[in-house]
Amino acid sequence: MFKRLHELHVPVTFDFEGETVTADDGESLAEALLAHGVRHVRNAVVSGQPRAPYCMIGVCFECLVEIDGRPNRQACMTPVRAGMKVRRQRGAADVGAGGEG
Amino acid sequence: MNLASTPDDHLTDLAIIGAGPAGLAAAITAREIGLSVTVLDEQSAPGGQIYRAVEDASGRARARGWAFNLHDYGVGSKLVARFRSSGAQYCPGQSVFDISADGGIGVLGPAGARWVEARRVLIATGAMERPVPVPGWTLPGVIGAGAVQATMKSAGMVPGGHAVIAGSGPLVYLVAHQLLIAGGSVAGVLDTTPHANYRRAAPSLVRAALSGNEVRRGLAWRRGLKKRVAVFRTGVDSLQIEGTDTVEAISFKAGGRRERIACDMVLLHEGVVPSTQLAMAAGAEHDYDPLQACWRPRMDDHGRTSVPGILVAGDGARIDGAELAVEAGHLAALAAAVDLDLIAPEEAARQGAAARAKIARKAPLRRFLDMLYRPRDEVLAPPDDETIVCRCEEVTAGELRQVAAMGCPGPNQAKAFTRCGMGPCQGRMCGLAAATILAEATGQSVAETGHLRVRAPIKPITVGELAALEGVGAPPETGPLLPTAPDDGEGP
Repeated sequence: MFKRLHELHVPVTFDFEGETVTADDGESLAEALLAHGVRHVRNAVVSGQPRAPYCMIGVCFECLVEIDGRPNRQACMTPVRAGMKVRRQRGAADVGAGGEG
Repeated sequence: MNLASTPDDHLTDLAIIGAGPAGLAAAITAREIGLSVTVLDEQSAPGGQIYRAVEDASGRARARGWAFNLHDYGVGSKLVARFRSSGAQYCPGQSVFDISADGGIGVLGPAGARWVEARRVLIATGAMERPVPVPGWTLPGVIGAGAVQATMKSAGMVPGGHAVIAGSGPLVYLVAHQLLIAGGSVAGVLDTTPHANYRRAAPSLVRAALSGNEVRRGLAWRRGLKKRVAVFRTGVDSLQIEGTDTVEAISFKAGGRRERIACDMVLLHEGVVPSTQLAMAAGAEHDYDPLQACWRPRMDDHGRTSVPGILVAGDGARIDGAELAVEAGHLAALAAAVDLDLIAPEEAARQGAAARAKIARKAPLRRFLDMLYRPRDEVLAPPDDETIVCRCEEVTAGELRQVAAMGCPGPNQAKAFTRCGMGPCQGRMCGLAAATILAEATGQSVAETGHLRVRAPIKPITVGELAALEGVGAPPETGPLLPTAPDDGEGP
């Protein structure tokens, strides 16, 4: 639903739900997913309804995804990194999953 | 925070949270006076949202040129350049998750969490778009108009399909205007400014127009849009966004008639409100501003809050725009320097005179904008019971009215019953609407109803990150997590 107005400057690739996504270095993960045509990035915790980034500045927490096994990452505040593995966050956060402590 | 008045190598004189116009200006002033300054910012580059990615010289520059108008672009570039050479310590990519009353500033970055200690703290966290709870606003494809502008600035992207912009405020015209220039699509502009607001604002128009060229600029954007956009409606209300898994259409009322436009994106905007999360977490008193319809930290003319040592400046304190945020940042830095005995009060008054004069000069414009763009009641408290207010926990307006009828007087009690405000955004999206709905339902004012209590950590942090915390100023292990014996004889 978004289109880039320019050629990719420094292309980087990462994995979203098993699919290879090409983004521009310096973009946020949320921007990269929107430009790739991803409509929803997580499912709501009660109804399971699809949700997508809303504020793009770190306020709304609608863009929560799982990055390299760690849940509750804000895609709009995370720069894309080559090789990162990203999954949708589904339903309620699983307390105890993904923590490293 | 350490309020010791003697300098200490381990402490920074002034920690500034946020690198937007207010934070940058404060850093520049504080460094000129000779304070040591640490700027903590969540973004990867200085400029805040208004000057987002202003330094970027990559292939995205072309889109950025469209997303800034040339005047603002020049002002932002100069401000950031002055900041870069100011000698302030700049820490990008850092989220502040706590300001403890006796400890330090809890900072979370890619390398983990740490405590930063400062003798004075300036919260310059700016504004966020006012959440717009209308039916269907949780559907993918619904996004803030300001969010689209931010994406345009940093990533050079625009909506590619059929986008409708619905809302009120200068940003509605500006974003539509910028999208058209950049080659994006705008299927419609739905101006939700109530016609009655024009009558209320009219008496302030002449003085507002005389205080600068802002009014003329806004009118020019609006005229251009009327010519270039297929559907341009004014006095719009009763928005309903339709779709199952994604946006398919928006319907609305204009002039009493319901219309419907097929679209795949809806850009909502009803002005901006201060981001008060951090100031609230720090324990600063806040008051409800009925005209701007938002909470504001209580402060003196120089930004000192009710918490000793903590100051606020910029749109996080009061919505005044980037130009005045610079002046407020300058004044707050002077106040911090006075409080640290690093500048005489008379000298600070002299250095702040021009800023105070400018703020006074621009007051008529702010009054005009506040009157003209005050959100309609259905945005402040959605009348339809089915409308989701708390997006995280999916709590509707109807559920809040139900608990109000059961006797819940405010948002903190309603939270316990409904989970409203308990999700990851911690009430940033629902807090204002929830308080207003409860106020309506109980017959109290919003001020009496109160706001959600905000508690650290205000950013997601793992137990592992908390456990690994190092650095000076770490609160003792028997800190706020454990109950302490009452020492005032009144019990807990």
